[in-house]
Amino acid sequence: MAAVRPISYSRVADVATAVGVVTADPESKFLAGGTNQVDLLRIYVEQPARLVDINDLPLREIEERPDGGLRIGALARMGDVARAGPVRERYPLLAQALHLGASTQLRNMASMGGNLMQRTRCLYFRDVEVGCNKRVPGSGCSAMQGVNRGHAVLGTSDQCIATHPSDLAVALVALDAVVQIEGPDGRRELDLDEFFLEPGDTPEREHRIGHGELIVAIEVPPPPAGSRSLYLKVRDRDSYEFALASAAVAVTVESGVIAEARLALGGVATRPWRARQAERVLVGAPPSETTFAAAAQEELRPAVSHGMNDYKIELARRTIVRALSMATDGGGTA
Amino acid sequence: MSPAIGGTLARVEGGAKVTGAARYTGEIPLPGLAHAVLVGARVASGRITEIDTVAAERADGVVGVLTHENLPPVPGTPRLLPSLVGLAAPGLSWFPMRDDSVHYAGQPVAVVVADTIERAEHAATLVRVQYAQSPASTVLDQVRDQAYVPERIFGGMLPGQFVRGNVEDGLKKASVRVDRTYYFAANHQNPIETSTTTALWDDADRVTVYDSTQGPTATQMTVSALLGVAPGKIKVISEFVGGSFGSKAMIWPHVTLCVLAARQLRRPVRLALNREQMFHSCGHREEQEQQLSLGATPDGKLTALRHHKISITSHFDDWAETSLQSPGIVYATPNYEGIYRLARGNTITPTFMRGPGEATGMFALECAMDELAAELNLDPLELRLRNIAEKDPTSGHPWSSSGLRECLQRGAELFDWRDREREPARREGNTLVGWGMAASAYPHVAPPNPQRARARLYADGSAVVEAGVSEFGTGVTTAMTQVAADALGLPVARVRFVGGSSDLPNITAAVGSAGTGAASAAVHCAATELRDQLIRQAVADERSPLHRAKPDAVTVSEGRMCLRDRPNTGETYAELLSRNFLPDVEALGTWTPPPPDPGYGMHTFGAQFAEVAVDADLGVVRVRRMVGVFAPGRVLNRRTAHSQLMGGMLWGLSQALLEATHMDPRLGRWANASFNDYLVPVNADVPDVFVETIEVPDTVVNPLGVKGVGEIGIVGSGAAIANAVYHATGRRVRDLPITLEALL
Repeated sequence: MAAVRPISYSRVADVATAVGVVTADPESKFLAGGTNQVDLLRIYVEQPARLVDINDLPLREIEERPDGGLRIGALARMGDVARAGPVRERYPLLAQALHLGASTQLRNMASMGGNLMQRTRCLYFRDVEVGCNKRVPGSGCSAMQGVNRGHAVLGTSDQCIATHPSDLAVALVALDAVVQIEGPDGRRELDLDEFFLEPGDTPEREHRIGHGELIVAIEVPPPPAGSRSLYLKVRDRDSYEFALASAAVAVTVESGVIAEARLALGGVATRPWRARQAERVLVGAPPSETTFAAAAQEELRPAVSHGMNDYKIELARRTIVRALSMATDGGGTA
Repeated sequence: MSPAIGGTLARVEGGAKVTGAARYTGEIPLPGLAHAVLVGARVASGRITEIDTVAAERADGVVGVLTHENLPPVPGTPRLLPSLVGLAAPGLSWFPMRDDSVHYAGQPVAVVVADTIERAEHAATLVRVQYAQSPASTVLDQVRDQAYVPERIFGGMLPGQFVRGNVEDGLKKASVRVDRTYYFAANHQNPIETSTTTALWDDADRVTVYDSTQGPTATQMTVSALLGVAPGKIKVISEFVGGSFGSKAMIWPHVTLCVLAARQLRRPVRLALNREQMFHSCGHREEQEQQLSLGATPDGKLTALRHHKISITSHFDDWAETSLQSPGIVYATPNYEGIYRLARGNTITPTFMRGPGEATGMFALECAMDELAAELNLDPLELRLRNIAEKDPTSGHPWSSSGLRECLQRGAELFDWRDREREPARREGNTLVGWGMAASAYPHVAPPNPQRARARLYADGSAVVEAGVSEFGTGVTTAMTQVAADALGLPVARVRFVGGSSDLPNITAAVGSAGTGAASAAVHCAATELRDQLIRQAVADERSPLHRAKPDAVTVSEGRMCLRDRPNTGETYAELLSRNFLPDVEALGTWTPPPPDPGYGMHTFGAQFAEVAVDADLGVVRVRRMVGVFAPGRVLNRRTAHSQLMGGMLWGLSQALLEATHMDPRLGRWANASFNDYLVPVNADVPDVFVETIEVPDTVVNPLGVKGVGEIGIVGSGAAIANAVYHATGRRVRDLPITLEALL
């Protein structure tokens, strides 16, 4: 049922006020681009009493850092970031992940910080009349025996198999990005890889962020020197669609062996999935199909599927192998 | 003056549509308008034990809540008849909210009306419904063993089985045989505009209904039959409709509920379904399985064709989309057996959707033919050419027109089919490339009763032509402008065509690719009658230069009547009318369609070719190019007809690769009832599509020989893609849609 219940709305102009207003009201939420928030509001999945519009906050800058990294304001629009010169030139992985996400219209609305905070598209999470441990802790998981073709095979628990939908976050996790968070207790930084949580016994908790805390920026360190990187997205249709499987890779080959490997997976896991087991297999090995297959095998060893998503284990394997092959055969760009 | 018919006149309503000036049903401003929101059942079977509307009634802005406990009488029980018939056309023969029973999820259980849409939506969430649930069956596997062969299907219009010759004998005689089963996921039509109705009663107990419908009279007759209100008191207006694809071909219960709410609350009420409700409220293409057995001689002549279908229908109606029609007549085989089997489940009655019946039936046949060609080691095109039915195998009558052979040959030429490599096709890096083809066929149907239009010429030489059609994107307004212009001998700029109201001369709902045929016949008759009347008047008028000429010696061009062999002798319509103080002249045209058995088989044919690229490792299928050649009789407007055919081919792409509605049998409802989860192609998926039409003269179907282009484009398109996937990968995928997991 699409509906909008009565709700209060306010607009704030600075970060301190935004944090203060939301902290003071446990029933309130930040509103950025609204591309997911408003949708969830309309289907009653999220029912805040107050929305605090943060679009006037000065958080849209995309800056190059003295160390060669990037600092992206949390309210920068996905489309603006994808088009930004430094991103296109030096972070092809990031630009590709952004371009392959959503649609042009959505990218023009959706913010970078909001993208990291978006919720799963699990059919049952979005249906308020059925059990969902993520939406209502303890109400059961309807997806495990249900329509779960899009669901996760990595990072699942017996409470939740919902897939994290972001492409951007997968690229950022591969790039060792850091989020800057402003909260009632001041500013802190968190590795993005630490920021996301596996569902475990608390699938309702998806991020290490407290009520009233606000992502203000994303810092992306310089890409590994000499690396080739790319984002590969496998999906049912060619645009405007979530990944069935995706891989973000950045690989450096020196003297015939892989010197450094970054690999993260999307579409197959409950959170943006840094494939550290695979990375361990890759580093020091020659870049070959055999190496890639061994790495994929290792990463997917703990994978668990639930029927309609059985194929995802094999698809994830092949996606990893393909992405690594592309990055090492010159298919990727520096 | 070159004829307008066959030209490329741009949509006459195009400007209004792109500027937003065109008003759709949900955009008609009415003072005091209230908004109704349906509350659908969240269980698929059982009874309502309690329905608590107190909170909803108390919510801000709410003006009324209807439930089964206070619904005003709905006395009528019209039978389900396809809207082509022109009578009441309820989508199902049962009407909700007359009692406490629940038969399918999403069935209306309450209607909440408030002063704004937002308040109505909110209040609808406050209605508390308690159910005594009973076990529900919603998927084929739950009810397969209870299947029966219905005596008749499709609103009683067709028998449940067809036999000619002896199929067992034919299969025994075969030296090569193919037995295959094809599975089709349920599909939904998904037009952009959701179904919307606005009703406004006046003090004389007459109602104006704005409705998004494929036929204003279908809405008028259905509401009339259900509510027991005389049709003359119901005016239905449907000027612009934002697509339908079959979802608005029948008149579903929410339309009448809206009319009822407006009467009960004594104010105008609008009811627009939301996207999720579209999945539960307007029927769908049913989940189904089709079994094909083909037998052939060593040189590829078919000896037998057996085609069985099992599908799930509602508890109310024996409905199956008519998948066995075209597959039974495309190829000449003396031995044929087609049987529909139905099993009842907790679902709304299924209905029409894009190429109803033929889209699935021809998919199965044309994939099986491809498999047979492989068994015979014969080119798939050659197998078709060897088996074309040169006359209607059912009746033995000649075709009113065919063109199938020409379409196949021309399509092959355009596609360079002769360059096709025999077996598993070429590899380009990680990509496997394959080619496939299929024949297309769609029955030509005509309404069973007369179709009417009215033409009026004004003294300034301009004309208005009217008929009660609905413009739901087909381009009928444009094509009718052309038809009227040619018949009247006027330039198209001097003709305005008006449709979209049940007060206009009666045209049946535009369904089954029959809309343009019926409307063009009526418009042609009306405009011709008017022209003839004007000519008769001129030759009888002693002040006319044409006085005493023979009427059939007179022709009209650019609004001027003249002698065919002495063009200098003549006068304009305007001169004739002005001289006689006539503000206008008007004529009614009536076209009586051919009888059900006119001594000819009536069918539309075509051919489809597709090239796919399949990722060898990842299983992703993308279509690279498609060629479609069709013989739809007379093409009224090349631009809109080719667009429609191209759209149909893309429906086929969508059917083959993307569309599936997944039932969650535990919940008894569609799990992916949103555009987030029900995929249709986006522009990025659309390949290079080439459409050509071959005009085959047809003097049987209707005066202009129009066989229609509404559905033929989808037929065979999916099969050509599936066959190309086989050619690329060596794998036969017999379940639709073909998603990548089948190819890993």
